[in-house]
Amino acid sequence: MIGARVTVTLKNGVLDPQGKAIEHALSGLGFDGIGSVRQGKVFDVELEGSDKAKAEAELKAMCEKLLANTVIEDYAIVLI
Amino acid sequence: MKSAVVLLPGLNRDRDMIAALTKVSGKPPITLWESDTTIPDVDLIVIPGGFSYGDYLRCGAIGARMPVMRAVAEKAKRGVLVMGVCNGFQILVEAGLLPGALMRNASLRFVCRKVKLEIANANTAFTRNYAPGQVIDCPVAHHDGNYFAGPETLARLEGEGQIVFRYAAGTNPNGSVNDIAGIISADGNVLGLMPHPENLIEAAHGGMDGRPLFEGLVGKAA
Repeated sequence: MIGARVTVTLKNGVLDPQGKAIEHALSGLGFDGIGSVRQGKVFDVELEGSDKAKAEAELKAMCEKLLANTVIEDYAIVLI
Repeated sequence: MKSAVVLLPGLNRDRDMIAALTKVSGKPPITLWESDTTIPDVDLIVIPGGFSYGDYLRCGAIGARMPVMRAVAEKAKRGVLVMGVCNGFQILVEAGLLPGALMRNASLRFVCRKVKLEIANANTAFTRNYAPGQVIDCPVAHHDGNYFAGPETLARLEGEGQIVFRYAAGTNPNGSVNDIAGIISADGNVLGLMPHPENLIEAAHGGMDGRPLFEGLVGKAA
């Protein structure tokens, strides 16, 4: 088994109203000095087999086809 | 006019859409299910609004990858008219049949109210019964209607007349870039819009400003 963590975040320059709302709520709780908050998504994926290169290629295809909307989102894959 | 309405689990405006199509065209549309891989000969395919697959992952993301949408894409390629309303618009964008993306409303609030829509392009199969620049009433009901596209795509949409509906001055309910409420494909046969014209087609709805859209389609394909 190969474990992977895929992180999907909004591209720079794309407005993130949810991140802004969280940022505002954190300030309200007294957390000072927050530069900014951006919200994203995390997917933990388990893949059968042990070929890491193949797993990485497959995960990339998954991100391109479904996990991320590449119009507005970037993704990062980390094998664990 | 022969039409079809796509049904997916979680869509909930299908009955309104079927009623509108039946009322205006005189013929009930056929319905398609998520697993359908072929679509009979029709002039128009409509993807109605709702919350397909619970809006999981991103609005429209799962629906866009169902077998029926591959069949819709095939039909679109062959010039069949396709219209996506609300969640249907989100699905068309996620399926790559229209450019850009629909993001969470800038206010973070679900908006359910009547807005003013400007007909930004009356020279389409969908808007030919409106006058250019005409302002109509139309209800919206969505949480993720904030249209976004990169600068190049936006310039192309603006330059090629692909922006069909705009929220009229001061009524943009979601923060959409350039007040975009609806866009059409470069080939002019795939339309996506957030507002619900199917909910303003008879006097009992409190207005009939959505009816010319359906009447134009009937005239077109009759």
